Amino acid sequence: MSVLVNKDSKIIVQGFTGGEGTFHAGQMIEYGTNVVGGVTPGKGGQTHLDRPVFNTVAEAVEKTGADVSIIFVPPAFAADAIMEAADAGIKVIVTITEGIPVNDMVKVKSYIDQRDCTLIGPNCPGVMTAGEAKVGIMPGFIFNKGTVGIVSKSGTLTYEAVDQITKAGLGQTTAIGIGGDPIIGTTTKEAVQMLMNDPETEGIIMIGEIGGNLEAEAARWIKENGTKPVVGFIAGETAPKGRTMGHAGAIVGGAEDTAEAKKAIMRECGIHVVDSPAHIGAKMAELLA
Amino acid sequence: MNLHEYQGKSILASYGVAIQRGLVADTPEEAVEAAKKINEETGSEWFVVKAQIHAGGRGKGGGVKLAKSYDDVNSISSDIIGMQLITPQTPPTGKKVNKVLVAEDVYYPGESEPSEIYMSVLLDRAKGRVTIMYSTEGGMDIEAVAEKTPHLIFKEEIDPAVGIQGFQCRKIAFNLGLSGKAFKEMTKFVANLYKAYIGCDASLFEINPVLKTSDDRIIAVDSKVTLDANALYRHPDYAEMRDLTEEDPTEVEAGAVGLNYVQLDGNVGCMVNGAGLAMATMDIIKLSGGDPANFLDVGGTADAKRVETAFRIILKDTKVKAILVNIFGGIVRCDRVAQGIVDAYNNIGDINVPIIVRLQGTNAEEAKKLIDESGLKVHSAVLLQEAADKVKEVLA
Repeated sequence: MSVLVNKDSKIIVQGFTGGEGTFHAGQMIEYGTNVVGGVTPGKGGQTHLDRPVFNTVAEAVEKTGADVSIIFVPPAFAADAIMEAADAGIKVIVTITEGIPVNDMVKVKSYIDQRDCTLIGPNCPGVMTAGEAKVGIMPGFIFNKGTVGIVSKSGTLTYEAVDQITKAGLGQTTAIGIGGDPIIGTTTKEAVQMLMNDPETEGIIMIGEIGGNLEAEAARWIKENGTKPVVGFIAGETAPKGRTMGHAGAIVGGAEDTAEAKKAIMRECGIHVVDSPAHIGAKMAELLA
Repeated sequence: MNLHEYQGKSILASYGVAIQRGLVADTPEEAVEAAKKINEETGSEWFVVKAQIHAGGRGKGGGVKLAKSYDDVNSISSDIIGMQLITPQTPPTGKKVNKVLVAEDVYYPGESEPSEIYMSVLLDRAKGRVTIMYSTEGGMDIEAVAEKTPHLIFKEEIDPAVGIQGFQCRKIAFNLGLSGKAFKEMTKFVANLYKAYIGCDASLFEINPVLKTSDDRIIAVDSKVTLDANALYRHPDYAEMRDLTEEDPTEVEAGAVGLNYVQLDGNVGCMVNGAGLAMATMDIIKLSGGDPANFLDVGGTADAKRVETAFRIILKDTKVKAILVNIFGGIVRCDRVAQGIVDAYNNIGDINVPIIVRLQGTNAEEAKKLIDESGLKVHSAVLLQEAADKVKEVLA
């Protein structure tokens, strides 16, 4: 078991023949991920990285039975690409693209809420199930198959956690990079739920940062429903206030925006919060010992 | 991207949102000319002279004044243009005023009392929807209203698939206690405001106050407009409205080469790849007894050129006593980054503060060796904890 993606996932790459798509699809294939093809409108019928290229996601699904898509399409076209994947029946849509206009994501969120699919990201490092499938841009070699699940808003900070887990003699089930944009498909709570329900996952690492209330929401869910130890870290204790958030936005966000507030809520909910990002791996090793 | 009041109002007006009319001026002479034109257009004989800076609370700092004659316009503009305006939202030293907006006086007496309304359009992150937030308590600090009288703040969520509906506009006007002509004007105002928000790809509109005039017109008297920087490619005309004099020059310089830099007050500079890891690195500096001097995300390609620019930017800050470089090389090879650091160091020449370089990921050991053998005053580390310990060591 694992969550979202595994060795049997049939994965297509949207933006397959572009620079980013080509490089990362190559890395995914090298890791042993089951990439069955890709989509680049206008290049259908060609072969790229020994895999078929299709004009539309619908055609790719029909010909390959794909159920997972990873999107490397530039920001101006990414919202369209996500909706195309959802419309074609893709179940897990992983969007790496950074810089999608937020009002485009408002529309996307509303569109996919009415369809049977899970969006991961955008602006995320992707999803990776150790030893089975790399659907993202994470470096494969730092992973080691094991029992720790990871949920994170950040890219390199996820790698840091993965690496610490591996160096602590443990390994990972699935690492889910949910992304750092104001609107994302899968929330911290939803990702934690998946890992909590995964029989192979024995411990969960939850990494957040300042802004929004996703971590608080996840923490409250864990308090009620948690069955496995959770280690938490929130980046940005020292970040200046009000740099990224507008004046009026801070009200709707509420008082749960700061690192201190989030950590306090997480601790109250029984999460093992570490203040130093260097202690994530050691803390999990201690809890699983 | 933040806009000035006059720029925001011009966008609102282009979508049919009624605004307090005004003209922008760079000099007192231009201000008087502007006042004369406004008089011709509106008949207004009194004028409001408003400092144009990217900060709220301008009135409290003496940046907004009523002029009852052209002579007043002249003397008030002379005072305001060039002043260092200090408000609760500016840095302690204030912000220099380069322009004033000369606007019609809209608080004229009439059949009813003028009343001030608060209205903003923003993204509710939790719901993933654009929301209109409004209150009868306009003209005040909305955070204070939220704290003291939260029941006076209303929210209306918009379904993106269909946009704002008539019943929603009516609900807002009713909740604001309006009737007659003011009610009708408000429904139009709200509908056009939402249209403007979507049309210009805004991330925040804050109109405080929206005024109901004594003759029941509804107009935007102030505007705080923030545009989504990621959507500016769709609006080249708005992109040109960016006022670089409002931004920190070092942050502008960093942005030009693709570095995301934010100046802070501490004594330990840092250079990191990835925003989350950058914030975590700042936190670790604090835990090691220092204070972060900056946030700096070098992005995915930490090549020699970028690293050099990053070093130069960090070293401009004379408070910096040490620099921590923290790169988790996923796809990028650490030995290449290490070479970039060595080259950058040699190009800059004499660097007088200790540098701690933590490289982790592909070829991390080779990278450490390369740095250790470079003969430079650079401490190397592989684990994050080692880097933290070294920061503590050099600060001791």
